[in-house]
Amino acid sequence: MAMQEDLYNYILGVADNSLILGQRLGELCGHGPSLETDIACTNISLDLFGQVRSYYQYAAKIKGGEETEDTIAFLRKERQYRNILLVEQPNENFAYVIARACYFDLFHELFLLELMKSTDETLAAIAHKSIKEVRYHKLFSTEWVKRLGDGTEESQQKMQQAVDDLWPYTEEMFLPAQVEKKMAEAGIGVDIVKLKEPYYRSLTQLLEEARLRVPDNQYFQKGGKQGIHTEHMGYILSDMQYMQLAYPNMEW
Amino acid sequence: MIAEATHIDQRLEPLLREVSDPEIPVLSIMDMGVVRYAQLEGEQAHVKITPTYSGCPAMDVMSVEIKAALQEAGYDAEVELVLSPAWTTDWITPRGRAALEDYGIAVPLEADADKSALMGGKRIVECPQCGSKNTKVVSAFGSTACKALFQCEDCLEPFDYFKCLK
Repeated sequence: MAMQEDLYNYILGVADNSLILGQRLGELCGHGPSLETDIACTNISLDLFGQVRSYYQYAAKIKGGEETEDTIAFLRKERQYRNILLVEQPNENFAYVIARACYFDLFHELFLLELMKSTDETLAAIAHKSIKEVRYHKLFSTEWVKRLGDGTEESQQKMQQAVDDLWPYTEEMFLPAQVEKKMAEAGIGVDIVKLKEPYYRSLTQLLEEARLRVPDNQYFQKGGKQGIHTEHMGYILSDMQYMQLAYPNMEW
Repeated sequence: MIAEATHIDQRLEPLLREVSDPEIPVLSIMDMGVVRYAQLEGEQAHVKITPTYSGCPAMDVMSVEIKAALQEAGYDAEVELVLSPAWTTDWITPRGRAALEDYGIAVPLEADADKSALMGGKRIVECPQCGSKNTKVVSAFGSTACKALFQCEDCLEPFDYFKCLK
């Protein structure tokens, strides 16, 4: 039973990252800097929500009772969301959207490659499905990092700013919460500590290729996995949960 | 969430063939390769479908339409969404490819048609209007999750490309 509870919490932790990033990207609907990038960001958002639905449906099945994918997504309090701080950072400008996406996509691919080997059949299936989509996400974000970094003086400066500002949020991806450690040991979850080295290696390579300076800031932010979020999180949730709170039990 | 290899009950096949993708009406769900399993037991039909992309909003509609189509034939249908094995563009049938091309959507052809085509590295995507391979990618993300936006540099027509997924 304790194992089921851990698995449930683990799945939520994994899926919450994609939910909140998806919500941030969805905010660009109709507001993207160009039609193509607008469509790309919202398409990626849609992929992420699709993946999140699979995770939450599985979590709801484990939990049983009244729990559904919708209650998990929309009816939790801020402290119950376990997403990393990176994904809740705002869309300051397109460079931030791209830096945040790229930081996450590089991790997401490495993560799914490992989750594909999970002894849990359902998680492995979700990972197999998702990785095909995430490779496209990574292509999009990394290409834009290069284009903006190695672009004009202005785009270079803005991209560098975003890379620097979001850098302190990267390390949290590799700091396992208690439940992540347990699940990794059980062969169900991913040993994220192992991903850190290949992650920073490929990120460094990308930034160099994009003629961007690799930040040397060693002070990192954390807390999201414990439910301690930045001030942005409340605003995201008030937007995201509005319909479900204003019209309880609504269905499409 | 895991489906065994494709198994389609021959009694259900013609009924399922009538159901199409709501976003690509010329394409039967059978030719798209999303139906992984269909079995009739008495009046009860069990159907398993798999999404092209995780977030594909058409899946719910397809599920409803499958139930409606089978109900019309007197069957009570249960439709389950499965994720494994994950859908690939290789499952689009030759008939599906032809229907898509007639409709103006280019289809991933070669095994290596995947990302190189979308990166603009290789010009291998054929314009469904004039057949020219002198085409360029406008955006890797198009009108739906499963499509990318291309343009032909000869006839200048923009067109959709069914994004390779392997």
